[in-house]
Amino acid sequence: MLTFASRNTKEILRDPLNLCFGLGFPLVLILLLSAIQASIPVSLFEIQHLTPGITVFGLSFMTLFSATIIAKDRGSSLLQRLYTTPLAPLDFILGYTLPIVPIAVAQSVICYVVAIPLGLDVTVNMLYAVVSIVPVSILFIALGLLFGSVLNDKQVGGICGALLTNLSAWLSGIWFDLELVGGVFQKIAHMLPFVHAVEMERAILAGNFSAVPSHLVWVLAWGAVTLTAAVVLFLRQMRRQ
Amino acid sequence: MNAIQIEGLTKRYGDVLAVDNLSLDIEQGELFSLLGVNGAGKTTTIKMLSCLTKPTDGDAYLLGKSIVKEPAAVKSLIAVSPQESAIATGLSVRENLALMCGVHGFGRSKQEAKIKEMSELWGLDEVIDRRAGKLSGGWQRRLSIAMALISEPEILFLDEPTLGLDVLARSDLWDMIRALKGRVTIILTTHYMEEAEALSDRIAIMKDGKLLICDTADGIKKTAGVNRFEEAFVRIVRGVTA
Repeated sequence: MLTFASRNTKEILRDPLNLCFGLGFPLVLILLLSAIQASIPVSLFEIQHLTPGITVFGLSFMTLFSATIIAKDRGSSLLQRLYTTPLAPLDFILGYTLPIVPIAVAQSVICYVVAIPLGLDVTVNMLYAVVSIVPVSILFIALGLLFGSVLNDKQVGGICGALLTNLSAWLSGIWFDLELVGGVFQKIAHMLPFVHAVEMERAILAGNFSAVPSHLVWVLAWGAVTLTAAVVLFLRQMRRQ
Repeated sequence: MNAIQIEGLTKRYGDVLAVDNLSLDIEQGELFSLLGVNGAGKTTTIKMLSCLTKPTDGDAYLLGKSIVKEPAAVKSLIAVSPQESAIATGLSVRENLALMCGVHGFGRSKQEAKIKEMSELWGLDEVIDRRAGKLSGGWQRRLSIAMALISEPEILFLDEPTLGLDVLARSDLWDMIRALKGRVTIILTTHYMEEAEALSDRIAIMKDGKLLICDTADGIKKTAGVNRFEEAFVRIVRGVTA
């Protein structure tokens, strides 16, 4: 499994587009929105609010990485070859999931490091926020496993690259206050995990730990449901191969 | 012991009978070709024998291991080189070979020895550190087959190994496949009649999931009453024999 996981890490990190979008784009957003904040102060874009939001938004690229590599492998004969080896179904699922977790953590660390010269206070809570990105990253990677198991690589580009990144951003309260929209939109957003992931990260960074469990429950529940569905769909496509 | 013993193997997809009650034996070290027009059931047969899909009925025994009851044991005996080049395009040639060593649980020293052996055997030395996705079709196919052989399989399935290759690359690959004869049992599917005739010990011709004939190339020509193998194939598939 470790060999297979290592191969997946190499495939992801050797794609320059992955590095540009996965690591570069969140940094550009932090710098751009901080510049806007400096000219037109908006509390939502204050660095202590913005950075945790961007670390969660950046995870939507982990969904894209995960879905793309699985969809591409399904489209080639490589998976067919590997299905005839002693690798077990669990090896494939872990092999696609685990390599992306350190990439997600690295992305989170880079975002916080860049935020420090922009005014973010260095506290131990920053470390806790980075650690707590792990369960959130599992949720986003599981979404990738799910989409990669049912879509081809072109569809993955549209669904995960465009639709999911936008939906997860709009429904997370990173770019605008959900209370300003209110109504059904706000209710839907609160039934989904994205806003809870952002609020959890913000609460941890602020040291407001009492607020964490109510958001963590949503993240873990959605993570469990998504991962279960992803495993079922992955095994189904494996049988169909 | 036969390398492969197929007993009444059947695969049905809904109303479509892809493989119909196939029975045959393949000897150890034999190079055995499966021929047929599109939809004959060759690829489905290979998929069942390599445990990629379960038979609807019947069973097959690979060196005594059942594909139905002991797929894990079967997988440790076989290797498959699929129709397309099944390589990780973002990895180098060396990393692709190492990937296959890793999934078969080889230790570091054995891995290095096998990579050296395969790169020498298949002439991959000159491209060993190049990205596999940047290689020509011929090199990719060589790598794909080397990846199948690196696990030291007892039985090797080669699905259309020379499809899309130029004449020289095909000739090179034929030589390499010939060099494996007797050491590994090889099941080859191909649309190239001359390839089957030149390489195979025995040939099976399938149509609509059924086995029409299984014999040597000369035996098939004799049955069809013609001197050219391609003509014999056409006559047998059309049901015209001597």
